Amino acid sequence: MLCSGTGCVAGGSYRIKDALEEEICKHGIQNEVSVVITGCNGFCGQGPLMAVQPDGIFYGWLKQEDIPFLVEEHFLKGRPAKKLIFVPPEKKEPIPLLQNIQFFQKQRLIVLRNKGIIDPERIEEYIARDGYTALEKVLSSMKPEEVIDEILRSGLRGRGGAGFPTGAKWKICRGEKKTPKYIICNCDEGDPGAYMDRSVFETDPHTVIEGMTIAAYAIGARRGYIYARSEYPLAIKRMKTALDQARDYSLLGEKILSSEFSFDIEIREGSGAFVCGEETSLIHSISGKSPEPRQRPPFPAQVGIWDCPTVINNVETLANVPVIITRGAGWFAGLGTQTSKGTKIFSLVGKINNTGLIEVPMGISLREIVFDIGGGIPGNKKFKAVQTGGPSGGCIPAQLMDLPIDYESLAGAGSMMGSGGMIVMDEDTCMVNISKFFTQFTNDESCGKCSTCREGSEALLEVLTRISDGEGREGDLEFLEELGMAIKDASMCGLGTTLPNPVLSTMRYFRDEYEAHIKEKRCPALVCRNLIKYFILPEKCVGCLMCRKNCPVEAIQGELKHIHVIDQVKCSKCGACLEVCPVKISAVVKASGEEARNLKSLDMPIAVVEFKKQMKAQKEV
Amino acid sequence: MQKLTIDELKKIREAARKDIYLRDGEFRGKIIVHTGTCGIAAGARDVVSAFMQELNTSGRRDIIITTTGCAGLCSREPMATVELRDAAPVRYGDLDSEKVRRIFREHVQGGLIVQDVAIGIGSERG
Repeated sequence: MLCSGTGCVAGGSYRIKDALEEEICKHGIQNEVSVVITGCNGFCGQGPLMAVQPDGIFYGWLKQEDIPFLVEEHFLKGRPAKKLIFVPPEKKEPIPLLQNIQFFQKQRLIVLRNKGIIDPERIEEYIARDGYTALEKVLSSMKPEEVIDEILRSGLRGRGGAGFPTGAKWKICRGEKKTPKYIICNCDEGDPGAYMDRSVFETDPHTVIEGMTIAAYAIGARRGYIYARSEYPLAIKRMKTALDQARDYSLLGEKILSSEFSFDIEIREGSGAFVCGEETSLIHSISGKSPEPRQRPPFPAQVGIWDCPTVINNVETLANVPVIITRGAGWFAGLGTQTSKGTKIFSLVGKINNTGLIEVPMGISLREIVFDIGGGIPGNKKFKAVQTGGPSGGCIPAQLMDLPIDYESLAGAGSMMGSGGMIVMDEDTCMVNISKFFTQFTNDESCGKCSTCREGSEALLEVLTRISDGEGREGDLEFLEELGMAIKDASMCGLGTTLPNPVLSTMRYFRDEYEAHIKEKRCPALVCRNLIKYFILPEKCVGCLMCRKNCPVEAIQGELKHIHVIDQVKCSKCGACLEVCPVKISAVVKASGEEARNLKSLDMPIAVVEFKKQMKAQKEV
Repeated sequence: MQKLTIDELKKIREAARKDIYLRDGEFRGKIIVHTGTCGIAAGARDVVSAFMQELNTSGRRDIIITTTGCAGLCSREPMATVELRDAAPVRYGDLDSEKVRRIFREHVQGGLIVQDVAIGIGSERG
């Protein structure tokens, strides 16, 4: 319905009418779409205006050149042309209060208290928001043992994934007689999909510096290292600026804040090795040795870098320290669960509406994270699982959605907290493919020292690839389980001991998917390329050429108004045809297994009218 | 620089508070563009340029533009928050230079929030 008020006519609504009618005829849909001229709608400032009913969509500020795109998008593909839409004022919702929006409401910001508020490159802003008050308190009124005690009582546990009590680690190091002692901040963050530590560096680097300085005071260290992966250039740049500014303000270096305590920090960069997130490999990397783990005990807190007592803490762990000192251990221990205190930052990614970083109290349920904070799954698809802990973790399925998030409950479900990556998966995710992806990753990143990790991951990958390609055999699943357990038992470091987790956990909850791949040669989620087939249903195809035009490998035959046929040999399974086939026609389907095998193609493209005649004749017979 | 004492740091803190809290300072408006890696990848630097261009054209000296790190809701980047004195801050998302122009003219200068671009108003719950 095109507005023909004076304003819109002056804006060209009649030219738009002509353009609309031309486009509609061109696509042969004149029997389905009619163009009607109406009177003035009232929104003259937004004209030329058009309303599409019964869809209830208004388009505004229309220009002639917008029309072909609009017709193709809205009338052929069935999706309103978003960029041209205009929302009439009375239909607008009032702007919600940020704190009432689910995404923000359920979060509890401790580490991320300054996010989006301060300029990370201006130390004055951090100071203005009570920055460095914790360091003031520590230097003026607390002994090192008292600091350690406070952190112990708070219940803070390592946020890198293993969850070792931070206070205990500091106490062990303090108790060692050998000097010098060192503190290292681990910002290697190798998990795919995890970017919490990067964000803390980019958003609020001083909270880490302050935490690290307090830790150094507690254990008696004079030098610290920040180990950051070189793939984080902006994070490193902002941290460097922050360190320089801290030195300018006597918050780092000799005689901090005119006290007797001196401490400084140097940045060392990683070079693309996932294994360097592991404590002992990290130490070797900094000291110029081969980046491989070593046997523990002794632990780094007793024998660390250059054989000196060293505490290695994750970025998030250190970032919590200033707030625990200012607000007290009791306050911190009041948040979270019995065994897991405080908050945790998660990177909520994957098939989720509100992708981003969230800081939530321990004990919150997965259901709240996915559906309240995350806003649910896009396209209203069915939730399938959440992968926590990255390549060291496992998946949590729908039946465990009410699990409270803490270290013990996640481990009990066959996963782990990990560094905080949370990848949401829906019905279109193939769990076999996911375990193959993570195994490929850890196989790539294995340092090669232990046979179980090096050869074991290779063998796991070989079996998973066969299963995904449709060559799975009887006995494969039992083999995966046995080998997985052996790798867990006999590998020396965390990379090896946790690498079978994705495989074992997906088999625990989604065994039926594995069995479908092996026994029926079917991929239920329609992902594994060798097991899926794209097919054009002859009874639905109108021969519009859309799929043929978009096929990157020219695998589709058929002239205009002839049934299109996909050459299964040429088909690269890219899915472009399924995407471009107009919604009203929906002739392209994706299938796997028995269903795919039963779809029979025409031998060659015949005219649509010819096909319809044949169908009619068959029915009459 | 001379070694600071704790008392001197406390004085610096007081002074710094005036800077960042609008009600005590001399600025009428503050535009915060969120520039973490996610924001930059989505085009935050263009958003900063667009705001600066608008500010220059307007010739005003009572509005400041500043940048912060990631604000958390990465799927709606590039984002910016507009804070006018005596009014609640408004967070905008999915920005491009066109929307930036509208925000500067309608909200920063005109005082009217651009509803269709706004995500929310006020501050996040601490």
